[in-house]
Amino acid sequence: MFYLCSLLKRHTSFKFLMIRRLISKLLGTLILIWAVFTSPVMASPDQNPQSENENAPEQFDAGKMILEHIGDNHEWHFFDIKKSDGSEFHAVIYLPVIIYTSGKGFSSFSFRKLQNDETYDGFKLDEEGNITRTDGRNFYDISLTKNVIQLLLAALLMMFVFISVARSYKKIGTSKAPKGIQSVVEVIVIFIRDEVAKPMLGARANKMLPYLLTVFFFIWINNLIGLIPGAANVTGNIAVTATLALLTFILMMVGSKKDYWIHMIKQPGVPGWVLPMLVPIEFISNIIVKPFALMIRLFANMLAGHLIILSFMSIIFVFAAMSVAAGLGASLFSVAFSIFIYFLELLVAALQAYIFTILTALFIGETGVTADEHH
Amino acid sequence: MIHLLSILFLAIDGNAQMGAGIGAGLSAIGAGIGIGLIGNGALNSIARQPEAMGDIRTNMFITAALVEGVALFGIVVCVLVLFLK
Repeated sequence: MFYLCSLLKRHTSFKFLMIRRLISKLLGTLILIWAVFTSPVMASPDQNPQSENENAPEQFDAGKMILEHIGDNHEWHFFDIKKSDGSEFHAVIYLPVIIYTSGKGFSSFSFRKLQNDETYDGFKLDEEGNITRTDGRNFYDISLTKNVIQLLLAALLMMFVFISVARSYKKIGTSKAPKGIQSVVEVIVIFIRDEVAKPMLGARANKMLPYLLTVFFFIWINNLIGLIPGAANVTGNIAVTATLALLTFILMMVGSKKDYWIHMIKQPGVPGWVLPMLVPIEFISNIIVKPFALMIRLFANMLAGHLIILSFMSIIFVFAAMSVAAGLGASLFSVAFSIFIYFLELLVAALQAYIFTILTALFIGETGVTADEHH
Repeated sequence: MIHLLSILFLAIDGNAQMGAGIGAGLSAIGAGIGIGLIGNGALNSIARQPEAMGDIRTNMFITAALVEGVALFGIVVCVLVLFLK
Protein backbone atom coordinates (compact mmCIF):
# COMPACT_ATOMS: atom_id res chain seq x y z
CA MET A 1 0.00 0.00 0.00
CA PHE A 2 2.88 2.34 0.74
CA TYR A 3 4.35 1.46 -2.65
CA LEU A 4 1.09 2.46 -4.25
CA CYS A 5 1.12 5.74 -2.31
CA SER A 6 4.65 6.46 -3.42
CA LEU A 7 3.64 5.68 -7.01
CA LEU A 8 0.74 8.07 -6.73
CA LYS A 9 2.85 10.78 -5.14
CA ARG A 10 5.14 10.88 -8.12
CA HIS A 11 2.34 12.14 -10.36
CA THR A 12 0.95 15.39 -9.07
CA SER A 13 -1.86 15.64 -11.57
CA PHE A 14 -5.29 16.51 -10.27
CA LYS A 15 -6.74 13.01 -10.76
CA PHE A 16 -4.12 11.38 -8.57
CA LEU A 17 -4.50 14.04 -5.94
CA MET A 18 -8.20 13.34 -5.71
CA ILE A 19 -7.61 9.58 -5.53
CA ARG A 20 -5.07 10.03 -2.74
CA ARG A 21 -7.50 12.22 -0.82
CA LEU A 22 -10.30 9.71 -1.29
CA ILE A 23 -8.14 6.84 -0.07
CA SER A 24 -7.02 8.70 3.02
CA LYS A 25 -10.59 9.73 3.83
CA LEU A 26 -11.80 6.17 3.41
CA LEU A 27 -9.00 4.84 5.57
CA GLY A 28 -9.72 7.43 8.21
CA THR A 29 -13.42 6.58 8.31
CA LEU A 30 -12.71 2.86 8.54
CA ILE A 31 -10.27 3.36 11.40
CA LEU A 32 -12.77 5.58 13.22
CA ILE A 33 -15.57 3.02 12.84
CA TRP A 34 -13.27 0.26 14.04
CA ALA A 35 -12.21 2.29 17.07
CA VAL A 36 -15.77 3.23 17.89
CA PHE A 37 -17.05 -0.30 17.68
CA THR A 38 -14.29 -1.91 19.71
CA SER A 39 -14.39 0.55 22.61
CA PRO A 40 -17.75 -0.24 24.28
CA VAL A 41 -16.96 -3.94 24.22
CA MET A 42 -14.21 -3.31 26.73
CA ALA A 43 -16.30 -1.05 28.92
CA SER A 44 -16.87 -3.74 31.53
CA PRO A 45 -13.87 -5.96 31.04
CA ASP A 46 -14.38 -8.13 34.07
CA GLN A 47 -17.70 -9.73 33.12
CA ASN A 48 -17.68 -13.52 33.05
CA PRO A 49 -19.90 -14.94 30.29
CA GLN A 50 -23.29 -15.72 31.71
CA SER A 51 -24.73 -19.23 31.81
CA GLU A 52 -28.45 -19.57 31.17
CA ASN A 53 -28.71 -21.84 34.18
CA GLU A 54 -30.83 -20.23 36.88
CA ASN A 55 -28.92 -22.17 39.53
CA ALA A 56 -25.56 -20.70 38.47
CA PRO A 57 -23.47 -20.14 41.61
CA GLU A 58 -22.73 -16.51 40.66
CA GLN A 59 -25.73 -14.50 39.57
CA PHE A 60 -24.83 -11.28 37.85
CA ASP A 61 -25.07 -8.55 40.48
CA ALA A 62 -25.31 -5.28 38.59
CA GLY A 63 -25.24 -3.08 41.67
CA LYS A 64 -22.10 -4.67 43.04
CA MET A 65 -20.29 -4.44 39.70
CA ILE A 66 -21.21 -0.79 39.25
CA LEU A 67 -20.20 0.16 42.79
CA GLU A 68 -16.91 -1.62 42.34
CA HIS A 69 -16.18 0.33 39.18
CA ILE A 70 -17.04 3.80 40.43
CA GLY A 71 -15.60 3.39 43.91
CA ASP A 72 -12.05 3.36 45.18
CA ASN A 73 -10.27 0.04 45.79
CA HIS A 74 -7.05 -1.12 47.29
CA GLU A 75 -6.50 -3.34 44.25
CA TRP A 76 -6.60 -2.55 40.54
CA HIS A 77 -8.95 -5.16 39.10
CA PHE A 78 -8.89 -5.56 35.32
CA PHE A 79 -10.80 -8.71 34.46
CA ASP A 80 -11.50 -12.30 35.45
CA ILE A 81 -11.20 -15.23 33.11
CA LYS A 82 -13.07 -18.42 33.88
CA LYS A 83 -10.95 -21.28 32.65
CA SER A 84 -12.37 -24.52 31.32
CA ASP A 85 -11.37 -26.48 34.41
CA GLY A 86 -13.43 -24.19 36.60
CA SER A 87 -10.63 -22.14 38.12
CA GLU A 88 -10.57 -18.40 37.64
CA PHE A 89 -7.74 -16.16 36.55
CA HIS A 90 -7.92 -12.75 38.15
CA ALA A 91 -5.99 -10.00 36.41
CA VAL A 92 -5.42 -7.87 39.47
CA ILE A 93 -2.68 -5.60 40.73
CA TYR A 94 -2.59 -5.55 44.53
CA LEU A 95 -1.74 -2.04 45.67
CA PRO A 96 0.22 -1.16 48.81
CA VAL A 97 -1.76 -0.49 51.97
CA ILE A 98 -0.20 2.18 54.19
CA ILE A 99 -1.88 2.67 57.55
CA TYR A 100 -0.97 4.70 60.60
CA THR A 101 -2.32 3.18 63.79
CA SER A 102 -2.41 5.49 66.77
CA GLY A 103 -0.03 4.00 69.27
CA LYS A 104 1.67 1.61 66.92
CA GLY A 105 2.99 3.73 64.07
CA PHE A 106 3.01 3.09 60.34
CA SER A 107 2.53 -0.27 58.72
CA SER A 108 2.65 -0.89 54.99
CA PHE A 109 1.97 -4.13 53.20
CA SER A 110 0.52 -5.38 49.96
CA PHE A 111 -3.24 -5.79 49.80
CA ARG A 112 -2.68 -9.40 48.84
CA LYS A 113 -1.88 -10.20 52.46
CA LEU A 114 -5.49 -9.50 53.41
CA GLN A 115 -7.09 -11.77 50.81
CA ASN A 116 -8.97 -14.94 51.72
CA ASP A 117 -9.91 -13.62 55.17
CA GLU A 118 -6.36 -13.56 56.43
CA THR A 119 -5.25 -11.26 59.20
CA TYR A 120 -2.02 -9.34 58.86
CA ASP A 121 -0.48 -7.09 61.49
CA GLY A 122 -3.83 -6.76 63.25
CA PHE A 123 -5.76 -5.77 60.12
CA LYS A 124 -8.39 -7.76 58.31
CA LEU A 125 -11.23 -7.23 55.85
CA ASP A 126 -14.79 -7.15 57.14
CA GLU A 127 -17.85 -8.42 55.23
CA GLU A 128 -18.12 -5.37 53.03
CA GLY A 129 -14.45 -5.44 52.10
CA ASN A 130 -13.28 -2.53 54.23
CA ILE A 131 -10.15 -2.71 56.33
CA THR A 132 -10.71 -3.00 60.09
CA ARG A 133 -8.48 -3.67 63.04
CA THR A 134 -8.97 -6.72 65.21
CA ASP A 135 -8.18 -4.87 68.42
CA GLY A 136 -10.37 -1.86 67.73
CA ARG A 137 -7.70 0.86 67.74
CA ASN A 138 -8.07 4.03 65.76
CA PHE A 139 -6.23 4.04 62.43
CA TYR A 140 -5.73 6.35 59.48
CA ASP A 141 -5.67 4.81 56.03
CA ILE A 142 -3.31 6.67 53.73
CA SER A 143 -2.65 3.86 51.30
CA LEU A 144 -1.94 4.08 47.60
CA THR A 145 -5.36 3.18 46.29
CA LYS A 146 -6.50 3.05 42.67
CA ASN A 147 -7.48 6.71 42.61
CA VAL A 148 -4.20 7.85 44.15
CA ILE A 149 -2.16 5.93 41.59
CA GLN A 150 -4.18 7.42 38.74
CA LEU A 151 -3.81 10.91 40.21
CA LEU A 152 -0.06 10.43 40.33
CA LEU A 153 0.01 9.08 36.77
CA ALA A 154 -1.97 12.08 35.53
CA ALA A 155 0.38 14.40 37.41
CA LEU A 156 3.40 12.67 35.84
CA LEU A 157 1.85 12.98 32.39
CA MET A 158 1.18 16.68 32.94
CA MET A 159 4.68 17.29 34.24
CA PHE A 160 6.19 15.50 31.28
CA VAL A 161 4.17 17.48 28.75
CA PHE A 162 4.58 20.89 30.32
CA ILE A 163 8.24 20.58 31.21
CA SER A 164 9.06 19.56 27.66
CA VAL A 165 6.99 22.46 26.31
CA ALA A 166 8.77 24.91 28.63
CA ARG A 167 12.11 23.52 27.57
CA SER A 168 11.31 24.00 23.89
CA TYR A 169 10.26 27.58 24.62
CA LYS A 170 13.64 28.17 26.24
CA LYS A 171 15.38 26.74 23.21
CA ILE A 172 13.27 28.27 20.45
CA GLY A 173 12.12 31.48 22.07
CA THR A 174 8.87 33.27 21.42
CA SER A 175 9.75 34.91 18.12
CA LYS A 176 9.76 31.71 16.08
CA ALA A 177 6.81 29.43 15.34
CA PRO A 178 6.12 26.64 17.84
CA LYS A 179 6.83 23.04 16.93
CA GLY A 180 5.23 19.78 17.97
CA ILE A 181 3.20 19.55 21.15
CA GLN A 182 4.00 23.20 21.86
CA SER A 183 1.41 24.16 19.26
CA VAL A 184 -1.43 22.42 21.07
CA VAL A 185 -0.48 23.52 24.55
CA GLU A 186 0.13 27.12 23.48
CA VAL A 187 -3.36 27.42 21.96
CA ILE A 188 -5.05 26.13 25.11
CA VAL A 189 -2.92 28.21 27.49
CA ILE A 190 -3.58 31.38 25.51
CA PHE A 191 -7.28 30.53 25.45
CA ILE A 192 -7.35 30.24 29.24
CA ARG A 193 -5.30 33.40 29.66
CA ASP A 194 -7.37 35.57 27.32
CA GLU A 195 -10.89 34.20 27.73
CA VAL A 196 -10.91 33.02 31.33
CA ALA A 197 -8.27 34.78 33.40
CA LYS A 198 -8.06 38.28 31.95
CA PRO A 199 -11.82 39.06 31.77
CA MET A 200 -12.50 37.74 35.27
CA LEU A 201 -9.37 38.68 37.16
CA GLY A 202 -8.06 41.78 35.41
CA ALA A 203 -4.75 42.80 36.92
CA ARG A 204 -4.21 39.65 38.99
CA ALA A 205 -4.59 37.36 35.98
CA ASN A 206 -0.90 36.45 35.71
CA LYS A 207 -0.66 35.66 39.41
CA MET A 208 -3.62 33.29 39.37
CA LEU A 209 -2.84 31.75 35.98
CA PRO A 210 -0.69 28.83 37.29
CA TYR A 211 -3.49 27.61 39.52
CA LEU A 212 -6.15 28.03 36.84
CA LEU A 213 -4.10 26.17 34.25
CA THR A 214 -3.27 23.38 36.69
CA VAL A 215 -6.89 22.92 37.65
CA PHE A 216 -8.06 22.95 34.03
CA PHE A 217 -5.56 20.40 32.76
CA PHE A 218 -5.81 18.24 35.88
CA ILE A 219 -9.58 17.90 35.66
CA TRP A 220 -9.55 17.42 31.89
CA ILE A 221 -6.84 14.77 31.87
CA ASN A 222 -8.35 12.86 34.78
CA ASN A 223 -11.80 12.97 33.18
CA LEU A 224 -10.40 11.59 29.93
CA ILE A 225 -8.33 8.85 31.59
CA GLY A 226 -11.40 7.86 33.62
CA LEU A 227 -13.24 7.12 30.37
CA ILE A 228 -10.74 4.42 29.40
CA PRO A 229 -12.10 1.00 30.40
CA GLY A 230 -10.28 -0.27 33.44
CA ALA A 231 -9.25 3.14 34.74
CA ALA A 232 -10.18 4.63 38.09
CA ASN A 233 -12.97 7.13 38.57
CA VAL A 234 -10.94 9.99 40.03
CA THR A 235 -13.00 13.13 39.44
CA GLY A 236 -16.16 11.21 40.30
CA ASN A 237 -14.80 10.83 43.81
CA ILE A 238 -16.14 13.46 46.16
CA ALA A 239 -12.91 13.66 48.13
CA VAL A 240 -10.97 14.78 45.05
CA THR A 241 -13.50 17.41 44.00
CA ALA A 242 -13.83 18.56 47.61
CA THR A 243 -10.09 19.19 47.69
CA LEU A 244 -10.20 21.19 44.47
CA ALA A 245 -13.12 23.25 45.76
CA LEU A 246 -11.27 23.75 49.05
CA LEU A 247 -8.25 25.12 47.20
CA THR A 248 -10.53 27.52 45.34
CA PHE A 249 -12.09 28.55 48.63
CA ILE A 250 -8.66 29.23 50.14
CA LEU A 251 -7.69 31.37 47.16
CA MET A 252 -10.99 33.21 47.40
CA MET A 253 -10.39 34.07 51.04
CA VAL A 254 -6.69 34.85 50.74
CA GLY A 255 -7.27 37.25 47.85
CA SER A 256 -10.28 38.95 49.35
CA LYS A 257 -10.06 42.67 49.89
CA LYS A 258 -11.51 44.66 52.78
CA ASP A 259 -13.87 46.49 50.42
CA TYR A 260 -15.53 43.21 49.52
CA TRP A 261 -16.41 42.39 53.13
CA ILE A 262 -17.56 45.94 53.82
CA HIS A 263 -19.74 45.85 50.72
CA MET A 264 -21.41 42.66 51.89
CA ILE A 265 -22.44 44.19 55.19
CA LYS A 266 -23.07 47.79 54.18
CA GLN A 267 -25.30 47.56 51.14
CA PRO A 268 -26.36 50.99 49.89
CA GLY A 269 -29.86 51.40 48.56
CA VAL A 270 -31.38 48.56 50.59
CA PRO A 271 -34.09 49.34 53.21
CA GLY A 272 -32.91 48.69 56.74
CA TRP A 273 -35.44 46.04 57.65
CA VAL A 274 -34.22 43.78 54.88
CA LEU A 275 -30.61 43.74 56.08
CA PRO A 276 -30.94 41.08 58.85
CA MET A 277 -32.30 38.72 56.20
CA LEU A 278 -30.03 39.79 53.37
CA VAL A 279 -26.62 39.75 55.06
CA PRO A 280 -26.70 36.10 56.22
CA ILE A 281 -28.04 35.05 52.83
CA GLU A 282 -25.24 36.95 51.09
CA PHE A 283 -22.62 35.45 53.36
CA ILE A 284 -23.81 31.89 52.96
CA SER A 285 -24.39 32.15 49.24
CA ASN A 286 -21.03 33.71 48.46
CA ILE A 287 -18.74 31.96 50.89
CA ILE A 288 -20.23 28.52 51.40
CA VAL A 289 -22.57 27.70 48.54
CA LYS A 290 -20.32 28.71 45.65
CA PRO A 291 -17.38 26.37 46.36
CA PHE A 292 -19.83 23.68 47.46
CA ALA A 293 -21.63 23.96 44.14
CA LEU A 294 -18.29 23.67 42.31
CA MET A 295 -17.57 20.43 44.13
CA ILE A 296 -20.99 18.88 43.58
CA ARG A 297 -21.23 19.91 39.93
CA LEU A 298 -17.99 18.20 38.90
CA PHE A 299 -18.59 15.16 41.10
CA ALA A 300 -22.18 14.59 39.98
CA ASN A 301 -21.46 15.09 36.27
CA MET A 302 -18.59 12.62 36.22
CA LEU A 303 -20.37 10.10 38.43
CA ALA A 304 -23.54 10.27 36.36
CA GLY A 305 -21.61 9.67 33.14
CA HIS A 306 -19.88 6.58 34.50
CA LEU A 307 -23.11 5.28 36.00
CA ILE A 308 -24.97 5.58 32.71
CA ILE A 309 -22.30 3.76 30.73
CA LEU A 310 -21.97 0.99 33.31
CA SER A 311 -25.75 0.62 33.60
CA PHE A 312 -26.13 0.19 29.87
CA MET A 313 -23.43 -2.45 29.90
CA SER A 314 -25.08 -4.35 32.74
CA ILE A 315 -28.42 -4.28 30.92
CA ILE A 316 -26.88 -6.70 28.44
CA PHE A 317 -25.98 -9.18 31.14
CA VAL A 318 -29.23 -8.84 33.03
CA PHE A 319 -31.10 -9.68 29.84
CA ALA A 320 -28.65 -12.44 28.96
CA ALA A 321 -29.47 -14.17 32.24
CA MET A 322 -32.99 -14.61 30.92
CA SER A 323 -32.17 -15.91 27.44
CA VAL A 324 -29.47 -15.63 24.82
CA ALA A 325 -31.81 -14.00 22.29
CA ALA A 326 -32.82 -11.31 24.78
CA GLY A 327 -29.17 -10.74 25.54
CA LEU A 328 -28.25 -10.27 21.89
CA GLY A 329 -31.16 -7.93 21.26
CA ALA A 330 -30.37 -5.92 24.35
CA SER A 331 -26.70 -5.74 23.40
CA LEU A 332 -27.51 -4.15 20.04
CA PHE A 333 -29.52 -1.35 21.60
CA SER A 334 -27.22 -1.01 24.57
CA VAL A 335 -23.97 -0.81 22.62
CA ALA A 336 -25.42 1.83 20.28
CA PHE A 337 -26.57 3.95 23.19
CA SER A 338 -23.27 3.49 25.00
CA ILE A 339 -21.38 4.78 21.95
CA PHE A 340 -23.55 7.88 21.99
CA ILE A 341 -23.03 8.40 25.71
CA TYR A 342 -19.27 7.92 25.27
CA PHE A 343 -19.16 10.73 22.73
CA LEU A 344 -21.24 12.89 25.05
CA GLU A 345 -18.84 12.11 27.89
CA LEU A 346 -15.92 13.29 25.78
CA LEU A 347 -17.68 16.64 25.46
CA VAL A 348 -18.63 16.69 29.14
CA ALA A 349 -15.03 15.95 30.19
CA ALA A 350 -13.70 19.09 28.52
CA LEU A 351 -16.76 21.18 29.36
CA GLN A 352 -16.71 20.42 33.08
CA ALA A 353 -13.00 21.26 33.27
CA TYR A 354 -13.68 24.55 31.50
CA ILE A 355 -16.68 25.36 33.74
CA PHE A 356 -14.69 24.64 36.90
CA THR A 357 -11.86 26.87 35.72
CA ILE A 358 -14.03 29.78 34.63
CA LEU A 359 -16.11 29.70 37.81
CA THR A 360 -12.95 29.54 39.92
CA ALA A 361 -11.62 32.60 38.11
CA LEU A 362 -14.95 34.35 38.54
CA PHE A 363 -15.15 33.68 42.28
CA ILE A 364 -11.54 34.67 42.92
CA GLY A 365 -12.10 37.82 40.90
CA GLU A 366 -15.27 38.66 42.81
CA THR A 367 -13.72 38.59 46.25
CA GLY A 368 -10.71 40.64 45.24
CA VAL A 369 -12.57 43.56 43.76
CA THR A 370 -11.69 46.93 45.24
CA ALA A 371 -14.09 49.86 45.49
CA ASP A 372 -12.69 51.70 42.47
CA GLU A 373 -13.02 48.71 40.10
CA HIS A 374 -16.54 47.97 41.14
CA HIS A 375 -19.08 47.05 38.48
CA MET B 1 -61.98 8.34 56.33
CA ILE B 2 -58.40 7.33 55.59
CA HIS B 3 -56.93 8.61 52.36
CA LEU B 4 -55.90 5.78 50.03
CA LEU B 5 -52.36 7.09 49.58
CA SER B 6 -51.68 7.08 53.29
CA ILE B 7 -52.53 3.37 53.34
CA LEU B 8 -49.90 2.92 50.65
CA PHE B 9 -47.29 4.77 52.64
CA LEU B 10 -48.05 2.87 55.81
CA ALA B 11 -48.21 -0.59 54.29
CA ILE B 12 -45.14 -0.54 52.06
CA ASP B 13 -41.68 -0.34 53.55
CA GLY B 14 -39.96 1.07 50.49
CA ASN B 15 -40.67 4.72 51.16
CA ALA B 16 -37.04 5.72 50.79
CA GLN B 17 -36.72 4.05 47.40
CA MET B 18 -39.97 5.56 46.17
CA GLY B 19 -38.95 9.01 47.32
CA ALA B 20 -35.56 8.65 45.62
CA GLY B 21 -37.18 7.57 42.36
CA ILE B 22 -39.71 10.39 42.33
CA GLY B 23 -37.03 12.91 43.26
CA ALA B 24 -34.76 11.80 40.45
CA GLY B 25 -37.61 12.07 37.96
CA LEU B 26 -38.47 15.57 39.10
CA SER B 27 -34.82 16.62 38.80
CA ALA B 28 -34.78 15.33 35.26
CA ILE B 29 -37.92 17.34 34.47
CA GLY B 30 -36.27 20.47 35.85
CA ALA B 31 -33.12 19.90 33.82
CA GLY B 32 -35.13 19.26 30.67
CA ILE B 33 -37.18 22.42 31.00
CA GLY B 34 -34.15 24.54 31.90
CA ILE B 35 -31.96 23.35 29.06
CA GLY B 36 -34.90 23.55 26.66
CA LEU B 37 -35.33 27.23 27.51
CA ILE B 38 -31.60 27.80 27.01
CA GLY B 39 -31.78 26.12 23.60
CA ASN B 40 -34.82 28.21 22.72
CA GLY B 41 -32.99 31.45 23.48
CA ALA B 42 -29.87 30.30 21.66
CA LEU B 43 -31.74 29.28 18.51
CA ASN B 44 -33.70 32.53 18.44
CA SER B 45 -30.48 34.53 18.78
CA ILE B 46 -28.76 32.56 16.04
CA ALA B 47 -31.74 33.12 13.77
CA ARG B 48 -31.61 36.85 14.35
CA GLN B 49 -27.85 37.17 13.92
CA PRO B 50 -26.24 34.20 12.19
CA GLU B 51 -22.72 35.66 12.27
CA ALA B 52 -22.66 35.49 16.10
CA MET B 53 -23.25 31.73 16.03
CA GLY B 54 -19.87 30.83 17.55
CA ASP B 55 -20.24 33.13 20.56
CA ILE B 56 -23.83 32.09 21.12
CA ARG B 57 -22.95 28.42 20.98
CA THR B 58 -20.17 28.84 23.55
CA ASN B 59 -22.43 30.67 25.97
CA MET B 60 -25.19 28.14 25.44
CA PHE B 61 -22.91 25.29 26.50
CA ILE B 62 -21.71 27.15 29.57
CA THR B 63 -25.21 28.01 30.74
CA ALA B 64 -26.42 24.48 30.04
CA ALA B 65 -23.62 23.05 32.18
CA LEU B 66 -24.58 25.35 35.05
CA VAL B 67 -28.25 24.38 34.87
CA GLU B 68 -27.33 20.72 34.67
CA GLY B 69 -25.20 21.17 37.79
CA VAL B 70 -28.25 22.27 39.73
CA ALA B 71 -30.29 19.32 38.48
CA LEU B 72 -27.50 16.99 39.52
CA PHE B 73 -27.68 18.40 43.08
CA GLY B 74 -31.10 16.77 43.23
CA ILE B 75 -29.78 13.52 41.82
CA VAL B 76 -27.00 13.42 44.39
CA VAL B 77 -29.51 13.90 47.20
CA CYS B 78 -31.61 11.03 45.81
CA VAL B 79 -28.58 8.76 45.63
CA LEU B 80 -27.72 9.68 49.22
CA VAL B 81 -31.25 8.74 50.26
CA LEU B 82 -30.78 5.33 48.68
CA PHE B 83 -27.42 4.51 50.18
CA LEU B 84 -27.58 5.97 53.66
CA LYS B 85 -29.67 4.32 56.33
